[in-house]
Amino acid sequence: MASMQKKKDVRFGQKQAKILMDLLVYVVLSIAGIIFILPFAWMVANSFKDIRGIYQYPPTFIPEVWQFSNYTEAWTMTHFDLGFLNSALVAAAVVLGQLFTASLAGYSFARLRFPGRDKIFLLYISLMMVPFTVLMIPLYVQMRWFGWISTLQAVIFPFLFTPWGTFMMRQFMVTIPRELEDAARIDGCGFFRTYWLIILPLTKPALATLAIFTFVNTWNSFQWPLIVLGKPKVKTLPLLLASFQNQSGMRTPWHLIMAAATFVVIPVLIAFIVGQKYYVRGIVTSGIKGGG
Amino acid sequence: MAAGIAKRINPEAPKPGGLAEVRRAFTGLRRGETIAGYLFLAPNFIGFIIFMLFPILFAFYIMLTDWSLAKEPNFIGLKNFETMVNDRIFWKSLVNSFYYTFIAVPTGIFIAFWLALALNRKMRGIIFFRTVYFLPQITLTVAAATVWRWIYQPEIGLINHILELVGIEGPKWIHNTKWAMPSVIIMSNWQGIGFAMLILLAGLQGIPEEYYEAASIDGASGWQRMRFVTLPMLTPALFFVVVTSLIGAFQAFDQFYILTEGGPAQATTPLTLYIFQNAFRFFKMGYGAALAAVLFLIILIITVIQWQLARRWVIGFDEDE
Repeated sequence: MASMQKKKDVRFGQKQAKILMDLLVYVVLSIAGIIFILPFAWMVANSFKDIRGIYQYPPTFIPEVWQFSNYTEAWTMTHFDLGFLNSALVAAAVVLGQLFTASLAGYSFARLRFPGRDKIFLLYISLMMVPFTVLMIPLYVQMRWFGWISTLQAVIFPFLFTPWGTFMMRQFMVTIPRELEDAARIDGCGFFRTYWLIILPLTKPALATLAIFTFVNTWNSFQWPLIVLGKPKVKTLPLLLASFQNQSGMRTPWHLIMAAATFVVIPVLIAFIVGQKYYVRGIVTSGIKGGG
Repeated sequence: MAAGIAKRINPEAPKPGGLAEVRRAFTGLRRGETIAGYLFLAPNFIGFIIFMLFPILFAFYIMLTDWSLAKEPNFIGLKNFETMVNDRIFWKSLVNSFYYTFIAVPTGIFIAFWLALALNRKMRGIIFFRTVYFLPQITLTVAAATVWRWIYQPEIGLINHILELVGIEGPKWIHNTKWAMPSVIIMSNWQGIGFAMLILLAGLQGIPEEYYEAASIDGASGWQRMRFVTLPMLTPALFFVVVTSLIGAFQAFDQFYILTEGGPAQATTPLTLYIFQNAFRFFKMGYGAALAAVLFLIILIITVIQWQLARRWVIGFDEDE
């Protein structure tokens, strides 16, 4: 009886310790969460202030005067409408293009037998780690030859294919059971129809992962557009945002810059929250498989 | 076709990949598959040749020239590399790249590790916190750096206001040669930790529960479980995070360009920014390409060293090879 009581005490103590530990972890997680979210909150809060609110001392977090017109003002000041159009066009073209080329080549690498297949695949993997910094100078010269400087072609065409995405597609398609295709082949489906009707529907999770990765990367892309897109008409959103802050006079209009930053960030945030599952899976599988 | 079957039965048939195999691939039943194989690969492969393989080879030529784009390139051999030796800014940018990488990566992984450990507990609301920590990662660096540039302003910035509340006079952050690099590192880690955290979290979740149970039965304390179960089992994930973070850090560009533009006094000019400036501000294509080759070489050497060292500390590393 006494020993049972003691056992109960120990278990009770353990439970208390766990609750205490959980509480401590919550506190730490919350503090970290505040640090991570603070710059976003500061950005949004200040996007509604007027210029006096921005330079007011001491500052307040909540705007004293709510100035919603910042958004329309920032929007019209630097042709953000064109920027959105350019960014959306580039992102759509690159995402669709990569889905097509990567899945088709992935199928070819995973399933079809032809001479040189594995050598070509090895070449793909080995060049995957070449940093973009090495490519950008020769690529720029090439764009000049093609007459593509300051055109959207320059930020679309070099990115229509992806060694990384092709690799991912291949790895995914290798795991699809062969029987399904064999049945289709016996029914007289050609290779393309087999790919289109059997393989692609089964590859949806990997396609979703590639799509959201490519969208986020393309939407956020800065260095290469900065190099090849000089004319205002073709600039994508990150370029407009970057040049926006350099137009400042004496007092930097931070309220307008924050408004611009907010509406540039929102599409990626939505894409991430919608496709979080696929995005996280992409990182985790590429991480563990690539690292293992 | 009969010959094909005969060869399949005959054990002394030529090995796959031989000339006979190639011939067979283009005749008979396999012909359709071979053609489909090449056709499906074609859009991808053409892009690969034009936009990757050719530029890489072309870079080798460019780095041996002085080329301003206005005139024809002059072949000057290794002169660009000789110029580097006496280029003070090159050495400065090299030091900056190393400074940035070898402070940002370890501190980032250290914080990511503790966050991942905390997130690995079975509690409510974990996914919410995971999402919050990951948000900066998917935010465009240009926007994030813009917000931070303001946060770092000495007089009206948020950080110095907060420091003032607790009675500390904050430094001039991005306007001070000593503080500029730490400023960039703090911002980069704020943005980049989500990636390392997610991979480490997946690594932690992949550790079988039985290992912990076995350790507990053996009487292992919390610290011992961490030391002898968690850490060793996490080494593959850690290895991946270390390698990719190092490669990524050497290529960081956006945050330097927006936050500090390399200043003050080149205190935050990394190699990437110096390459960019040479090629696209001073139009020294040859010198830029030569600098890019140095960057590539550094990344390559550091990656190779990592793979060599991995044998000593990553569990199960040799078995995978």
